[in-house]
Amino acid sequence: MKVAYWPGCVSRGFTPELHGSMAKIAPLLDIELIELDRACCTGAGVIAEHNQELADTLNARTFALAQQVQGAAMMMNICSTCQGAQSECQERLDANAEYREHVNSTLATEGLSYEKGLTNKNFLWLLVEEIGLESLSARVKRPLTNLRVGPFYGCYIVRPRERLGIDQEHPRDHYLDHVIEALGGTVIEYAGMRKCCGFPIITMNKEASLKQAGRHLGDAADAAADCLVTPCPLCHLNLDLQQPLAEKVVGRTLDMPVLHLPQLVGLALGLDPKELGLNRHVVRPTSVIDWSTSVVGAAA
Amino acid sequence: MAETHDRPPEQFTLRMRRYDPESGEAPYWDEHTIELEPHRSVLEGILQARDRFDGSIGIRCSCRQAICGSCGIRVNGEPSLACHTHLDAAKRGARNGVIEIEPMGNMPVLKDLIVDMDAVHWKKIQRVTPWLLAKQPVPEREYLVEKEAMVDVTQSMACIQCGACVSDCLAMEVDPGFIGPAALAKAYRFVGDPRDDQQFERLNDLAQDPQGIFDCTHCFKCVDACPKGVNPMGQIMRLRRIAIGDHHIVDQNNGERHEAAFTTLVKDNGLLWEAELLPRSYGGNSMFGKFAPAAGKELLSSLPAILKAVLRGKVTPMGALKPHKIPKADLKAVQAIYDKVEGREQRYELNLYISGEDEVAGEPIPVAAGAGADGGEQAAAPTSPEGSANQ
Repeated sequence: MKVAYWPGCVSRGFTPELHGSMAKIAPLLDIELIELDRACCTGAGVIAEHNQELADTLNARTFALAQQVQGAAMMMNICSTCQGAQSECQERLDANAEYREHVNSTLATEGLSYEKGLTNKNFLWLLVEEIGLESLSARVKRPLTNLRVGPFYGCYIVRPRERLGIDQEHPRDHYLDHVIEALGGTVIEYAGMRKCCGFPIITMNKEASLKQAGRHLGDAADAAADCLVTPCPLCHLNLDLQQPLAEKVVGRTLDMPVLHLPQLVGLALGLDPKELGLNRHVVRPTSVIDWSTSVVGAAA
Repeated sequence: MAETHDRPPEQFTLRMRRYDPESGEAPYWDEHTIELEPHRSVLEGILQARDRFDGSIGIRCSCRQAICGSCGIRVNGEPSLACHTHLDAAKRGARNGVIEIEPMGNMPVLKDLIVDMDAVHWKKIQRVTPWLLAKQPVPEREYLVEKEAMVDVTQSMACIQCGACVSDCLAMEVDPGFIGPAALAKAYRFVGDPRDDQQFERLNDLAQDPQGIFDCTHCFKCVDACPKGVNPMGQIMRLRRIAIGDHHIVDQNNGERHEAAFTTLVKDNGLLWEAELLPRSYGGNSMFGKFAPAAGKELLSSLPAILKAVLRGKVTPMGALKPHKIPKADLKAVQAIYDKVEGREQRYELNLYISGEDEVAGEPIPVAAGAGADGGEQAAAPTSPEGSANQ
């Protein structure tokens, strides 16, 4: 399946292992990634806060570029925050023809135009809805047996439910659980799995931000999770990169590895941990992998 | 509708969180099976359990039609109005078919399902001066204002003070002093009112407060929690937009600097440059921001994380020092969008709560005549800080 692929900024900046691992697993899942390398940042909600029309126009430009990719079934992203920011802009653009025309008039100078109704799915949604859990299971070479995985969804991919198309037929707020199970792992439920990682206020209220990260990591540790998995690189920054600081705020040792979704999938598909960039995290996933043999769950 | 109301009574099991702080006993769970038609409300279910099985169950309610805001509780972990949640819907969302009922969060429990709204919710509402500080002189008759300006604040006026958003605010969970979604939505009701005389003062107060508008984590919990579509988080974002965009308030919480740095870095590079964003948020929005004392102090406190990231090769010095950029021609196009949109005399804002959706899915609507490059500007929904147009 061919997709217009939006990797986002952080997956190519502070979490390069995310973009890298997605590129590694795509061929194994028969996904052809046509990278939208001309597109700009979604604004992550911050540009919309600054000027709604600016965010809508920048994202409409990305949508228009995606619609130009010949033979692409849809647009795909690997960042929850991108998904949330894009969905918000798309909701306004799709709801009102006059507004869409207004935004398109700005894009016209570049010869671009956004047509209502783009399908834009996060990799998690695509994995479940397009590839399917059975097909995913069938591709597993190294099942995550005995691996206790705590899903960490992040806010932008679970709320608001209506905008994100979450309903009884599409329980997207449970897809991470389903994927972990399909890969042979054990889902660990804990209080913070759908709460905020704290990243958006890291520069405004660092203590509250790190308290959020620290609490969720602590809750997962108390539920005896071996690791967390997240579809959001910004959550990854607060949960992994900032974990040494979060430990100080909550006053306990956490030592909780946090994997990007493509990394977890890649492990199950038989890829080498280093190939997936698992050695690049601040918290080493030693509880996940026996580094000498690359056997998943050996430590469990 | 008639069909659903004709369905015979069914049994529903309610699992209720019980707690009486005055008893000295710990909280516990209680289960009762009630019998009602499936379209009836969870509130009716609780009241039946109280009438038939246990008269000591504490629940607050009044209007029973989602107007008074008294019966806020958590149903299956989600904040809801008990009178506004159907039993069959609650059962569908329940684990093992048992409907789980708890008091709201972030507020102390007085008894069972009744929380202390005075101690938290109403205190926070008072914090934002929830009344009009009228422009002087007060006219002899009524104030005359644009219709659009008042339509704009109707969304925040729809609040029924039920506390559902307060219950699940994730910022308040770690920082109880955060003014919070309900009170900040109420603040917008007056900030957006053209008759109010204190727009700058209100915004400056809420921006400078460390637990004010910049303490919101943007988690959308309040958006989903609200039974009335108030979109408290959206109102908070509008408060920020007016504070920064119109009043150029530079707050002590890095809110303005963060927004300016983010917006500028994307304009300069097309993509976000994280290594520059953090120091600029503390030190100021320029290449020199990172040399400001506030940025240095922050850098020092983050050293344990930074060193580990460098050690693991997650962050490379080259990667941090050099931004990722999109191709030149595209960057120019992005910058042209910035210049055009930011150069408008008025910001454009489309509030779907007010404008609604103009299209039924799959039914294209012809574009307004003359909506060309310039005509489009008149065709779209303009909004000044004081009002968004009613489409």
